[in-house]
Amino acid sequence: MTTGATASLSSAVRTSAAPTSGSALRVDPAFLPTVEAISHENIRLCYYCLKCTAGCPTAYAMDYGPAHVLKLVQLGQKDKVLRSKAIWLCVGCETCWTRCPNGIAAGHVMDALKQMALQEGYAPAERRVLVLHRQFLTSIRLFGRVHELSMLALYKLLSGDLFTDLDLGARMFLRGKIPILPERIKGTSKIRQLFSKQPRGQA
Amino acid sequence: MKYSYYPGCTLHSTAIEYGWSTEAVCEALGIELVEIEDWNCCGASSAHSLDPHLALALPTRDLMRAQAVGADIVMPCAACYGRMAAADQKMRSDPAWRKEMEAAFQTEYIGAARPRTLVDVLGNDLPIEALAAKVKRPLTGLRTVSYYGCLLVRPPDLTNRWDDPEHPVVMDSILKALGAEPVQWAHAVECCGASLALDRADVVTVLSGRIVRGANDAEADCIVCACPLCQANLDSRQKGISPKVPVLYITELMGIALDLPGRNKWFAKHLVDPRPMLHRKGLE
Repeated sequence: MTTGATASLSSAVRTSAAPTSGSALRVDPAFLPTVEAISHENIRLCYYCLKCTAGCPTAYAMDYGPAHVLKLVQLGQKDKVLRSKAIWLCVGCETCWTRCPNGIAAGHVMDALKQMALQEGYAPAERRVLVLHRQFLTSIRLFGRVHELSMLALYKLLSGDLFTDLDLGARMFLRGKIPILPERIKGTSKIRQLFSKQPRGQA
Repeated sequence: MKYSYYPGCTLHSTAIEYGWSTEAVCEALGIELVEIEDWNCCGASSAHSLDPHLALALPTRDLMRAQAVGADIVMPCAACYGRMAAADQKMRSDPAWRKEMEAAFQTEYIGAARPRTLVDVLGNDLPIEALAAKVKRPLTGLRTVSYYGCLLVRPPDLTNRWDDPEHPVVMDSILKALGAEPVQWAHAVECCGASLALDRADVVTVLSGRIVRGANDAEADCIVCACPLCQANLDSRQKGISPKVPVLYITELMGIALDLPGRNKWFAKHLVDPRPMLHRKGLE
């Protein structure tokens, strides 16, 4: 991954010097300031020490590690970043923020990039991750709390991932850890109002 | 000692034994928990992934409702804690946001109560000698590894450093007071894979598997945790690992040491049944 990543970075740099080339990668100069505005993170402070990537638990499964995502944002590589798996595989563990010498919360940047990807109509590279997040929020919208049984059923149907972990689900159910009925709070109308204000993420 | 109590969704479902043991232990230790009336889900990973407004507004409703109790808010779940701490910090640092939320909930935010995680309260508010004095059945000979995972101690900007973000020690000090033998290991703050539990179970199997194997390398009898999602991931992804390692909530071990009734019901909820190990140790 590292070798390919370095090669694509240098090609991005070459491209920005010669933007008219037909096969060139597109550099979007507005990308960096936009991501900074949405994430409230000062991405240009990243000097690529790679502490975030070294500590990132899911970096091994990503196409670009967190530091590389920050670099691609610095270089205006919007298309690459918004199509990446990396943004969907960040679990928000905050190891990067804890260790960054410049105080950048790379996880917050990943969240901003997920939201941008949805708003701009990019198909998520990890579709099931998005389906689960949406069903989780649907549960909150309906009941005010998460109801695992209906959330999992909807996730299974909508993700197409029908059969994985059915045995695990059954074992949890038999131990009484997945209640049949939801707990519905009294304040669901207020919860729905909080939802209706949302600017992003329902594309 | 009185606290406002936010159980969070999982303490009524997948982590019901954490809910039961938390309530039993707090009662035995004279810690009064007043549940927030009509609390809602904090939004967890899904809200902050997709919607920054919702991610802060959902826990803010709970913070507002907790004010009626007039005490720090204690939450056992690490993920709930992370979201509550983020929402509280936003309310304290952004006057425009605070005004918007005060209008939305028609409540003034006083900010007298702080979101706290349960281990912080048990280890830092309760004098450790007071806990040790209540131990009836010391956990002698029980080798434990303390597992914090991510959001219990990270990021330090939100946790106010109730414990060290890289080398936390509070769970070990509680376990020592219970008579257990906490041992060193390398995985205390590694991530279990968290919300990828279902949609990328392969990743969780790798990450959680590493942690469980680390516990075996340290020759621990059990992993001790304080987060429902960590517990579920570690407990459920042990296929191919031998021996299997029970993953207990710290409150469950406190329940044994304090000799509280009804424990068998807690342990029956685990996928890796801790009872054979506890029986071997004479701690059933």
